[in-house]
Amino acid sequence: METNLCVAGFGGQGVMSLGKFLADATCNSTDKNVTFFPSYGAEQRGGTANCFVVISDEDIGAPLGDVMDDLIVMNGPSLAKFLPTLKKGGRLFINSSIVPDKIDREDVTLIKAPVTELALEMGNSKVLNVIMLGVYVGYTEVIEPAIVWDTIEHKLASKPKLLPLNKKAFEKGLELGRAQR
Amino acid sequence: MARVFMKGTEAVAEAAVRAGCRFFAGYPITPQNEVPEYLARRLPEVGGVFVQGESEVASINMVYGAASAGTRAMTSSSSPGVALKSEGISYCAAARIPMVYANFARGGPGVGSIQPAQQDYLQATKASGNGGFRMPVFAPSTVQEAVDMTYEAFDWADRDRTPVLILADGVVGTMMEPVVLPEMKSDEEIAAIKASKRDWACIGHKLDYAHRAWIQPGQWSTTKMQEVNEEADALYKSWKARSEEYMVEDAEVVLTAYGISGRIAKSAVNVLRAQGIKAGLIRPITVYPFPYDAYDRLDYSKVKGILDVEMSIPALFVEDVAVAVKDRCKIETCLCSGGNIMSRDAVIAAAKKIMEG
Repeated sequence: METNLCVAGFGGQGVMSLGKFLADATCNSTDKNVTFFPSYGAEQRGGTANCFVVISDEDIGAPLGDVMDDLIVMNGPSLAKFLPTLKKGGRLFINSSIVPDKIDREDVTLIKAPVTELALEMGNSKVLNVIMLGVYVGYTEVIEPAIVWDTIEHKLASKPKLLPLNKKAFEKGLELGRAQR
Repeated sequence: MARVFMKGTEAVAEAAVRAGCRFFAGYPITPQNEVPEYLARRLPEVGGVFVQGESEVASINMVYGAASAGTRAMTSSSSPGVALKSEGISYCAAARIPMVYANFARGGPGVGSIQPAQQDYLQATKASGNGGFRMPVFAPSTVQEAVDMTYEAFDWADRDRTPVLILADGVVGTMMEPVVLPEMKSDEEIAAIKASKRDWACIGHKLDYAHRAWIQPGQWSTTKMQEVNEEADALYKSWKARSEEYMVEDAEVVLTAYGISGRIAKSAVNVLRAQGIKAGLIRPITVYPFPYDAYDRLDYSKVKGILDVEMSIPALFVEDVAVAVKDRCKIETCLCSGGNIMSRDAVIAAAKKIMEG
């Protein structure tokens, strides 16, 4: 069993952190193989940023697959760029605050979460990635939510003030993800 | 040992520290900047020295100096930066200076592209500088291999007084994977390693002509120069190549690839086998010395063809494969370049084409 995930959005939306939290949690808590591969290039503000996470019971070949099982899209341009890479029957997670939910493919499952708005309601626009991570974990159950939270907690250890907000964000995401199963 | 989740570049840097590396000089270039970034913080913690040189040329010559004084020393760069270091690398080889360097290769030629590639194969294995020297070249395909090879490279370098190259690429450098880190060498062990170099290194000798250490990247006497080269050649011939052979016993199509392409080809073999196609893999672990013998062990009455898989256009690694195969079967290539990463689907399609004849 191998899962190929692509996370894509604007630079600054925390797509790299989202992928890293998930991959790191998998490394820390399971015997599975896992890779995290960031895109890099002549990046500029407002451009797209994306990363690839592969989780597998077998040895992993390429850290980015030819087709994606799951796709998390945080902004409009990323949808256009990466939707063609999503497999038939793949799962598409969109930030429905800013990504139009009219998808011109009927062979994928759409999971929606208005994470930009939710983050603003929580008082910090930066937690949108943690909400989306919660949505993904809640929907897919790819890994135990408690383990993902432990990893986030560990990574944010130097900024304890941010923990309650991130906990709230993650739990909100889990709830939204589970509700759409 | 617990596994930790690390980026390839940082894992290589940590492995170097654990192997006893106490000097690093480098100059920034994508995609290996996390090596100097990591060591700038880490080396002072263990009493080591980090220098960001004013150039690649300065950095390699600082390594030449530090290693001449018996310290385990390292530099790293990416393709165009490694090319700039070639003079210093050749000098280290000539003066028989043990040092380790890593190339997180990117697109080429020229400044090329900053994304991963395998366009430096011939440079790495045949001519990393002027003058016709050789050195061990490791080709890691995973972050764990990059760590283990870096750790071992320092021992190999010291044992044989030779530079050792870790030929990685931008994928192995920038990806994160779980790794088990090797044991940290103690200060006592590191001191003992340094002391063992006393008979040649500049670590405090009397100033009289007979006893002082000579670090010489060349010879005035033609006789001596030939002797030095003969000695080095005997050393090069003593080195043993390493390879991974995977499902080759009954293979009808054999994929061959090194580094990042090696692991992608291996996963292609698994897919092909699941579809009932008898595929196998030869993956050189050292690309110098090259594991020519692995190709001699194939059953050529069964093999319909070899598929060379590499992230380089033109194909370069295929030249060593051709020497190894000796016209015993046909060789096809599956290539990409420019910073594109090898597609497993493309590898599978190319292997099937060989099977169709």
